[in-house]
Amino acid sequence: MSARLAVDIGGTFTDLALERDGQRWTAKTLTTPQAPEEGVLVGTQQILAAAGMAPADIALVIHGTTLATNALIERKGARTALLTTEGFRDVIALANEARYDQYDLNIDLPQPLVPRRWRLTVPERLDNEGKVLLPLDEAAVRTQIEVMRAEGIEALAIGFLHAFVNPVHEQRAAAIAREMWPGLPISLSAEVSPEMREWERFSTTVANAYVQPMMARYLGRLETGLREAGLGCPLFLMLSGGGLTTVETAARFPIRLVESGPAGGAIFSAHVSKERGLEKVLSFDMGGTTAKVCLIDHYAPQASRTFEVARVGRFKKGSGLPLRIPVIEMVEIGAGGGSIAQVDSLGRITVGPESAGAMPGPACYGRGGTKPAVTDANLALGRYEPELFAGGAMKLQVAPALAALGAHVGGKLGLGPEMAGLGVVEMVDENMANAARVHAIESGKGFGGRAIIAFGGGGPVHGYRVAEKIGVTRVLVPSGAGVGSAIGFLRAPVAYEVVKSLYQRFGTFDVAAVNGLLAAMSAEAYGVVAHGAPGAPVRENRIAYMRYVGQGHEIAVVLPARALTVADVAAVRAAYDAEYTRFYDRPVPGSDVEILSFAVTVATEVPDVAAAADVADAAAPAPIRVQQVRDTRTGAVAAWSVYDRGEMARGARVAGPCIVSEDETSTLVGPGWSCRVDALGYLELTQEAR
Amino acid sequence: MDALEKIQRQIQWNRLIAVVEEQAQTMIRTAFSTTVREAGDLSAGVFDLQGRMLAQAVTGTPGHVNSMMESVGHFLAKFPAASMKPGDHYITNDPWLGTGHLHDLTVVTPAFRRGEIVGLFANTAHIIDIGGLGMGPEGRSVFEEGLYIPIVKCFDQGVPNETFFDFLRVGSRTPVELEGDVYSLCACNDAGAKRLVEMLDEFAMDSIDDLAGYIFDSSLAATIAEIARLPRGTYSASIKSDGYEAPVTLRAALTILEDAIEVDFAGTSGLSQRGINVPPAYCRAYSCFGIKVVVAPDIPNNWASLAPFRMVIPEGCILNAPRPYPVSVRHVTGQLLPDLIMGCLHQAVPDRVVAEGSSCLWNPPLRGGAQVSGQQAEVADFEVITFNSGGTGARPGKDGLDGTAFPSGVRTMPVEATENVAPVIFWKKELRPDSAGAGRTRGGFGQIMEIGAKGDAEFAVNAIFDRVANAPKGRDGGGDGEAGWVGLNDANGTVLRTKGFQVIPKGRRLLLKLPGGGGMGDPAARDPALVERDVADGLVTADAARRVYGASK
Repeated sequence: MSARLAVDIGGTFTDLALERDGQRWTAKTLTTPQAPEEGVLVGTQQILAAAGMAPADIALVIHGTTLATNALIERKGARTALLTTEGFRDVIALANEARYDQYDLNIDLPQPLVPRRWRLTVPERLDNEGKVLLPLDEAAVRTQIEVMRAEGIEALAIGFLHAFVNPVHEQRAAAIAREMWPGLPISLSAEVSPEMREWERFSTTVANAYVQPMMARYLGRLETGLREAGLGCPLFLMLSGGGLTTVETAARFPIRLVESGPAGGAIFSAHVSKERGLEKVLSFDMGGTTAKVCLIDHYAPQASRTFEVARVGRFKKGSGLPLRIPVIEMVEIGAGGGSIAQVDSLGRITVGPESAGAMPGPACYGRGGTKPAVTDANLALGRYEPELFAGGAMKLQVAPALAALGAHVGGKLGLGPEMAGLGVVEMVDENMANAARVHAIESGKGFGGRAIIAFGGGGPVHGYRVAEKIGVTRVLVPSGAGVGSAIGFLRAPVAYEVVKSLYQRFGTFDVAAVNGLLAAMSAEAYGVVAHGAPGAPVRENRIAYMRYVGQGHEIAVVLPARALTVADVAAVRAAYDAEYTRFYDRPVPGSDVEILSFAVTVATEVPDVAAAADVADAAAPAPIRVQQVRDTRTGAVAAWSVYDRGEMARGARVAGPCIVSEDETSTLVGPGWSCRVDALGYLELTQEAR
Repeated sequence: MDALEKIQRQIQWNRLIAVVEEQAQTMIRTAFSTTVREAGDLSAGVFDLQGRMLAQAVTGTPGHVNSMMESVGHFLAKFPAASMKPGDHYITNDPWLGTGHLHDLTVVTPAFRRGEIVGLFANTAHIIDIGGLGMGPEGRSVFEEGLYIPIVKCFDQGVPNETFFDFLRVGSRTPVELEGDVYSLCACNDAGAKRLVEMLDEFAMDSIDDLAGYIFDSSLAATIAEIARLPRGTYSASIKSDGYEAPVTLRAALTILEDAIEVDFAGTSGLSQRGINVPPAYCRAYSCFGIKVVVAPDIPNNWASLAPFRMVIPEGCILNAPRPYPVSVRHVTGQLLPDLIMGCLHQAVPDRVVAEGSSCLWNPPLRGGAQVSGQQAEVADFEVITFNSGGTGARPGKDGLDGTAFPSGVRTMPVEATENVAPVIFWKKELRPDSAGAGRTRGGFGQIMEIGAKGDAEFAVNAIFDRVANAPKGRDGGGDGEAGWVGLNDANGTVLRTKGFQVIPKGRRLLLKLPGGGGMGDPAARDPALVERDVADGLVTADAARRVYGASK
């Protein structure tokens, strides 16, 4: 079988994963921000050499990148203009007219990507049903295009009120712009994000336009570079919704690429859950700066359509630019190994979201950092062997870590530095557990019967204690945890999601209109997928976003993937009540139900993975050393055995408290837990009844 | 207490704050009224059996801060904790037992663990319609302002009180939404109670009393420490509001003591005959917010952290309305209180306060159809409100915020969403040039809104606007923000009253110009590049730039 290569460009590292015939190679190279394709090409040559393959052996390259996200955060996108309805020049500046922090008089609100001078209006107006109240003033469109030309605009977003119901004015304005200015990249709100709520729709459209020229150039250079390096195979892009798409579609809707790395991590977890036949898991990815948690049921991450990018108020909800695009639903909080701890005015320990980053890094790195980070706290608890951190690649220094913990935490609370370290680790674990809880309530789900899949540098260290806090008794640490996102890319289907608004009430349900819309959406999605994966077997998923008439938040209800019959309508209505009750205990009597929008996803079938068979018990290896570790639940110090993961055969079991060490991370097995290597070589931690 | 216990207390406090946040998020996700689900006009918290608040969700608006807290005590006075059963939910909208007007529902729910009551959850939400005259200042007593719900059980051991719901449904123009909202408020308290019980199980706690003691001690000590950093003394200020029948003066003397801050409102105008009067709990809420946002913004709201802020509100003044004075739009007066408080604190800590802003929300309640036009109605009956904000005051180191709510914590609704629920057309909603008060840092810009009914049919507005006769003031030499304006879009600029029910004739539209925030410091000291930016953006006219800022171009 031919090989497939995945490349994930992150802020610091470019991760690669290469697979052929069930064998896997991984590599990490430094990201080259000025010309990211160079890092990709360097890494590709390295991994090919390591695997002993030729470029022509690669049948498919799958790529994900934070490039678009970084352009939005650093404000390095195109000079973008917004053409909008007269009277609504400031929709993206007024936003929701709210402060995301009630008690901070000095907050900064996110600045719009398009300054007011380039937000240009034309007379036109539709009503909520898409009827024309005021025809488009075409002469005004021409005048504004001239203004844009004079201002040196590089990309155009068009956003008119109610265009998601009827795109006629947006389309006409775009046609005029194309005729006057061939080659100007144009994004229409009715295409980029065809949903109600003008701020979110315009914000998404503007962001798409803002990153489009840069992403189109980059993707072009990458394609050329790969071809010149002998990789003439197709190139697919990872989408934030968890599917893959072609370069052409990615270049049209680059905003759909923003969260591809974390999406890869979620797909990775979903695949692991399938390999192990675990129907309900919590994906827990903890890195240096943030932790991401994501609920995965029946081997598929949850889909969402709301996302915020480039938050200015640290990780505060509401302080970023809203995007309405298909994304994998997850929560990301400022909790990582580099997160800094301090004590607030009430004598409470706080952790993050400020991070020590790579420079100076935690105090224990000995690079001049004086503030205590989570890594310092883990070290103070005895969880790391200072001489052997990261496989001995880096030596940690205990004294500065204890000094930092003493000065910034312990001294203020009457605690010694070790207990201060305990407080910091407990607080960061609590914060991650709380994030998981909020994520669960927002999804209407619980943790009963769930397993955690822990990866990233910090996931395996903190996994068992977070599990205890949310009442989970099983933690899985897969192999390859350091490049989880890139491995996830290799597991993703070629997929495309189309979302359209069509208002319906069950009292007056128009079966023909709904079927017409769904058929058109289905055809569009099939077209994109067939282009990317000709002839591959596909699966179609249809969803209606529904709510009680008068409510503001919709619940997704699955529809049959075929034309609806009159008989289906009552079944869909009943499915809504059942779904609502699952979320909120009791249905509301006497209310009609409305449908706001529909989503159709077409995806190639992912090859079925048979759940791995169990493996016979094997002898446990001898510990490679013993460390004195302080338990965060009881505060007691005890001798924890340390095992080398490489020496643990499949089927080997060790009892906690202990540590399973490998170069990329350490897996902590708490008191009352045991750890067994499963048939796939993954570590499975189980908590015995307490 | 040993070191581990100390740490565990902190973890439990952290958890409790997460619990009330879940409570608030559940309400937002299940509510029917746009005021709750889109605008976030709500509040949620957890209480001990003495009615003392332990934690409050960050999500929410300051008007409910301690008014909701006081309210729980009233519920307990009528229904003692010992009498409560699992599945009970209690409700009121009494302005004097709740949060100050009939449009706010407050629901209290006991939390039970192993058959024992362990705590109480309360929440407050602003619902769209409660009958009566509708949201607006026109009532001459609270009896005209809508359906009055005393403290009653809406659910008795899980069973809906159908008599209550029957009364509720017939008393409102939007019965389905109102009933749905009551369900939502109960669901949200249930969510909080469920989490609290899980937390007690996990930490093997029999009650929340010890944790409450720790939270209260830490919060009180921290608040007093912040107060101690302020220069002692008494600082006075006043502010003018447009009022209804006559201008209103709000006056305060703020005294910083060793361990408390006391505000005396002596000298404030008397009561109005119309619904702009403020019940005392609401006065305390916004006064407290004004102090807290300057003095102790990082300390979470709870019974102890709010206790050192005391208000003396003379009887007979507009900030201490007795029953049955009308109070429907108490926000239009009450939302000026933080500006008043900051006028006092400016003398003590000038670099920590902001200039006056638009402050009062500009929320036009719109009504149309037969209720306005009788049998000549050209559109279906509708009742809708949108939340909109002018500019906030300049800050010592930064400009004010354009079109942003302060002190209120609410959000606006999308125009597309509003047009989907009522036959109205917003023809304009954008920033208002030259409305920001000038200064070294300028105020935020206000906005202009033009609203018509579909087909330019006749409709009505129940005006509740302020800062039209009395512009937001600048500080330290900064200019005033531009005053507001209310009228029609016709050629001669017909002016409407700032308060009260008025009909917009067929073919005309309502035009609102929302105030800008006041500036701070000498405009001549402003960075010329920022002036140029505002000119290029069309927010400051070239003429104003020359005149006010001395710009050369």
